[in-house]
Amino acid sequence: MPQDVKINENNSTQRSEQPLLEVRDLEVSFGDGPVLHGVNFTLKRGERVAIVGQSGSGKSTTVGAILGLLPGNGRVSAGSMTLDGQDLGAASEQQLRQIRGHRIGLVPQDPMSNLNPVMKVGAQIADALAANGHHGRDNIRQRAVALMTEAGIPDAARRYNQFPHEFSGGMRQRVLIAISLAGEPDLLIADEPTSALDVTVQRQILDHLQTLVDARGTSLLFITHDLGLAADRTDRIIVMADGRIVEVGTPEEILFRPQQDYTRQLVAAAPSLLATVSGTETVALEAVEPVAGTDTILEVRGLVKEFSLRSQGGTFRAVDNVSFSVARGTTTAVVGESGSGKTTVARIILGLEQATSGEALIDGKSITSSTGQVRRALRRKVQPVFQDPYGSLDPTYSIERLIDEPLRVFKVGDAASRRARVALLLDQVALPRNVAQRRPNELSGGQRQRVAIARALALEPEMLICDEAVSALDVLVQDQILDLLAELQDGLGLSYLFITHDLAVVRQIAHQVVVMKSGMVVEDGSVEKVFMAPEADYTKELLGAIPGAAFAR
Amino acid sequence: MIRYVATKLWQSALTLALATVVVFIGVRMLPGDPALAMAGEDASPAQLEAMREQLGLNASMPVQFLTFLGNLLRGDLGTSTRTGTPVAELIATTLPVTLWLSAYAIVVAVVVGILFGVIAERFRGRWPEWFTNGFALIGLSVPNFWLGILAILYLAVTLGWFPASGYVDVLSDPLRGLYYLTLPAVILGTSLAAVIMRQTRASMIETMSTDYVRTAKAKGLSGGRVLMRYGLRNSLIVVVTIVGLQLGGLISGAVVTERIFALPGFGKLTLDAVFTRDYPVIEAVVLVITLSYIVINLSVDILYSVINPRIRIGGSN
Repeated sequence: MPQDVKINENNSTQRSEQPLLEVRDLEVSFGDGPVLHGVNFTLKRGERVAIVGQSGSGKSTTVGAILGLLPGNGRVSAGSMTLDGQDLGAASEQQLRQIRGHRIGLVPQDPMSNLNPVMKVGAQIADALAANGHHGRDNIRQRAVALMTEAGIPDAARRYNQFPHEFSGGMRQRVLIAISLAGEPDLLIADEPTSALDVTVQRQILDHLQTLVDARGTSLLFITHDLGLAADRTDRIIVMADGRIVEVGTPEEILFRPQQDYTRQLVAAAPSLLATVSGTETVALEAVEPVAGTDTILEVRGLVKEFSLRSQGGTFRAVDNVSFSVARGTTTAVVGESGSGKTTVARIILGLEQATSGEALIDGKSITSSTGQVRRALRRKVQPVFQDPYGSLDPTYSIERLIDEPLRVFKVGDAASRRARVALLLDQVALPRNVAQRRPNELSGGQRQRVAIARALALEPEMLICDEAVSALDVLVQDQILDLLAELQDGLGLSYLFITHDLAVVRQIAHQVVVMKSGMVVEDGSVEKVFMAPEADYTKELLGAIPGAAFAR
Repeated sequence: MIRYVATKLWQSALTLALATVVVFIGVRMLPGDPALAMAGEDASPAQLEAMREQLGLNASMPVQFLTFLGNLLRGDLGTSTRTGTPVAELIATTLPVTLWLSAYAIVVAVVVGILFGVIAERFRGRWPEWFTNGFALIGLSVPNFWLGILAILYLAVTLGWFPASGYVDVLSDPLRGLYYLTLPAVILGTSLAAVIMRQTRASMIETMSTDYVRTAKAKGLSGGRVLMRYGLRNSLIVVVTIVGLQLGGLISGAVVTERIFALPGFGKLTLDAVFTRDYPVIEAVVLVITLSYIVINLSVDILYSVINPRIRIGGSN
């Protein structure tokens, strides 16, 4: 492992001006091939810097290298990283342990997987305090409770003794923030700290994190895939792609005067920046004028779904008197945060869940009350595309088998005609025909989602229900899939019901929008009306929480 | 939790009742005649008939079963047809031997298995892993009667470190008692240790690459603390499940091990009873074994919920 000792010595003489963190020509390799190529950047004291890039761009690898926590066989193969003059690459495990937590704090990405499930949250914070020089049981406990309170966890003294599964995602992220600040670090690395959370929660947490960081004068290295978020929260943005730094600049420079093609693409695709654009940006809207505005493909009337609660008894109303309709050939988006009941609505329409009362009509026929042949025929008209392109495709099937599965189920055609149909469907979703014999794990996330769409189209349905169909994808890929969906709508006259938590996506693809909260519809109307003149407070709150608003023009 | 245990107990009672029926019929389907075994090969037909009468074998099957069941419910396990000793007394003298042996074997297996498993994970691709993997391979593939014979030959006879056979009551003389049981317990625990080692290794590899372990390291925790409180603690959830499933095998292993080391345990009682068609003893022995399976599984279920708080609270999502 080569280290740049010279820089180390030079810098220690001019302490006051030296940057807090300096990364020089950093190269990280897994096995033989480097995945990071000559990454250079510095971070001054109190400065907030964002690294923006898509998955695989190397942003998280950079973090791993700085903390000396590269996964598997990853190693720093060239270059240096210095923190306050100390060479991180040359530090022993012992020295790194002093640095982690104490000098550099980490707020990790996924609040669901980053807490030890079998340990009380308080103990996990206490662990971090003990590792950073705090002594005494009572003292540590007090400090931990104070940190939890500071991180915005109400009733911290009681919640100290709870396990992670008793915390919501947002609360878990607050615990992780408390842990990261336990050692009062000089540098806080926040690695996609809120990507897994709802927008309103995301905003609360980031606001809070910012207050804490500002109050302590802590430097912030903010890793994100969301340009809007980066622009909102930092002084400087580093754009990365394929393990290289593409461009560095202030938020204004990056968003308004991007120098590189890649950055321009990112800016153009960033949904959060599009979402708040007023009247001028209406590409998606013009693209699909309602074909026959009066013809209704789907109508939902007074839908109610109650789940009985096993532990307390009683029932929980997941969907509460929901009514809306979708005109043929148009897109209606159902927006809401987790727990709003939007997915349950979709499942009822798909016939995967029984409604407690109310009904869903497809082409005027009720799917909720029909049975047998009628129900089968209705289900054929409405096909789903699910969120997770990794989980929703059977990994042991070939792509061809996956796409022609519905044809087999409904006994459509013979082997030869099905094969021809699959080839045609692959053309429609712009995948090369030769993927037919491959398995899902050989495809990228975007390609898999195309396969899922092809499968949904196999039975020539009239409507697709897309449940968070693009949420798991990188922005550029997300953009491509949304384009594909718009093209298919034009070509085939499809109707979409688009379930999403992402208002930005709504803006891009939908004609009508239904905003849900706690199982109820709080507002619905045309996208134009809801975005420009929202009536419900909740809708205003949602719109306000979209990052990047200040930069959208 | 109380409801959970109550359900489990009810299921256990049902299992036990079914086992009673199966055992009763199964024993009578064994080839061989207990009367013949008792009276000897050259007994006259009249003597045999008298013996059958005495053993209650002349009654019809349903009547025999009801008599058996009635006695059982009164807590009367009957008397051995071979020795005339009450079955309850036979079990009371032999069961502790087997329990001590099994408990000792479990302790050995858990300690060695988890230790080797952790070592294998910590030293992946280096000699300690090859060594522990080799141990696991041998422990799983070599039958323990053969290991037992080797151990007697070398460790007991040649080197004289351990007694080759015999049993000293653990309660009256703990040190000597455990000393006598050491060799059998190690032999009996070997295959279980191998299973535990493999399981620990596999689940340690998984947990040590989870996000929360990385986060724990990022807090600046020491390696040992990360290993014990974040890695091992989570790995044990899987290990306990597997161990629970494997414990049943320990009982059959005990039968063989007791034979080799001539321990006056439950296994020996079982074998002798089967060879002499000692119906009351066989029936009682199988019921006790069934009961022990049930107790083991119930304990594992409860232990599992102690280790895993997500199950403890119940019904959370």
